[in-house]
Amino acid sequence: MQIYLPIAEVSVNAFLLLGLGGLVGMLSGMFGVGGGFLMTPLLFFIGIPPAVAVATGANQIVASSFSGVLAHFRRRTVDLRMGTVLLIGGLIGAAAGVAVFNYLRSIGQVDLMVRLCYVVFLGIIGTLMFVESLAALRRSSSGAKPKRKKHGLVHKMPFKMRFRVSGLYISVIPPLLVGLSVGVLAAIMGVGGGFIMVPAMIYILGMPTKVVIGTSLFQIIFVAAFTTMLHATTNYTVDVVLAVLLLVGGVVGAQIGTNIGLRMKAEQLRVLLALLVMIVCGKLALELLLQPSELYSVAPPVMQ
Amino acid sequence: MMRGLVLAFLTFCATLPARAEEVVLGLSKDEVAITASFNGSDILIFGAVLREEPIPSGSPLEVVITVSGPSTPVTVRRKERRFGIWINTDAVEVDRAPSYYAVASSGPLREVLSNIEDLRYRITVPRAIRSVGAPMTILDSAAFTRALIRIRGNMGLYQVLEENVVVDQQTLFRTSIQLPSAVTEGGYITRIFLTRDGKVVSQYQTTIEVRKVGLERWLFALSRNQPLLYGLMSIAIAIAAGWGASAGFALLRR
Repeated sequence: MQIYLPIAEVSVNAFLLLGLGGLVGMLSGMFGVGGGFLMTPLLFFIGIPPAVAVATGANQIVASSFSGVLAHFRRRTVDLRMGTVLLIGGLIGAAAGVAVFNYLRSIGQVDLMVRLCYVVFLGIIGTLMFVESLAALRRSSSGAKPKRKKHGLVHKMPFKMRFRVSGLYISVIPPLLVGLSVGVLAAIMGVGGGFIMVPAMIYILGMPTKVVIGTSLFQIIFVAAFTTMLHATTNYTVDVVLAVLLLVGGVVGAQIGTNIGLRMKAEQLRVLLALLVMIVCGKLALELLLQPSELYSVAPPVMQ
Repeated sequence: MMRGLVLAFLTFCATLPARAEEVVLGLSKDEVAITASFNGSDILIFGAVLREEPIPSGSPLEVVITVSGPSTPVTVRRKERRFGIWINTDAVEVDRAPSYYAVASSGPLREVLSNIEDLRYRITVPRAIRSVGAPMTILDSAAFTRALIRIRGNMGLYQVLEENVVVDQQTLFRTSIQLPSAVTEGGYITRIFLTRDGKVVSQYQTTIEVRKVGLERWLFALSRNQPLLYGLMSIAIAIAAGWGASAGFALLRR
């Protein structure tokens, strides 16, 4: 069944979109990630204009993270204070990110920048996660216990604040910076940034793992909602029909994925996720490196 | 006032050359509605040649039909290899390019239409695109126009349908033009040219309206006129869906 998307101005198969939403939802349920980093490139592949894919991706993330954060509120694993600090940084970052996005669009480099961001970040995260989870797999089979490291830097900075839920007493500067950089990425890449935020919270801020995902989801809702608003008001590129189709598939897929995820070992899941991230990264990198079959592209001029 | 108008009309008619052959046109639809299930549309264009004298002897009558979507400026960019990766470097602004353009003819275009007439009426695809100038640094600006025609041609937006107009007894003609699903809104100017020996002997023009309707129209208008409201609505839908999914599956699990 073909459906015409009013903002993207293309006609696509509705079942393809439902399936896409379901697939990404399933993966996000399995691995506990937002799935934006998969959704946006997949939307590029099926021919949604990049600007619409990025903006609509942000809208879809609002739904999936809201659904996720409710579960975490029930388990009291959301650090509201830390979330708010991250959020302040995130909102500033998102505003800057949309400004950068619009500038890149005016000089015709937005596709390149989005792809480069994906290749760099997915490459780094995928490789790190792959190495780390392989090591964890080997440890769990040999029975050795993982060591915990203490970072000194975040404890030496000024403006200290107590984060009771996380059990931390650290400076507000590192969380602000983490929020800021994730906000910029969220706006440019159309992702929630969970795949960067979560490792940063664990390894840089030293937060306990059980509150990390809830807190990250909490702040992502607001950053993604803010990004959606900015894209809707400055670029008119949020396609609500596209978002709804992806959402419906996504929420169903997430539940199936969660059930699959429960039956697998955490380390195995992480190896699979790492492989997935590296495949997406490799595909995008090849497109940048190999000579494209069509060297020219047509775009409407950006209104000044 | 009225008398003046009538007088003006009469003088206008008098200045018109006496038309030996005129077009009477029919369209299978003069309005195309873009609904949620829109997946392209076929338009049948047919008509007859009205004449008060017998068919002129000599070369037969040929028919050229063009359908042109709203013209907008576009930017054509070219990728080049820099630092090992392919990035957009040169760009050419094309002043006006139709978002959709189809030209159908009863014979090979080069035979049924002379170059001069093509230039005057802007009939073939390259003539329909208006490109005034490229930056001084780009020497091969024609390549950019060719690329535009190639890309939109591959998307089915630019169509050359030679020998696709059927002409019966030099009087009746018909053709079918396909609008792809990725069309934009606007008035699609449809022109019919009657030619003999490559010269245009008569022409006729009408407009096919292509409009989004229903929900599509409402959403599009809202996103442009009330972007703040539209953004808030999108977020509200997302929140509701997220909450609904969470609540729904919590119920299922119980």
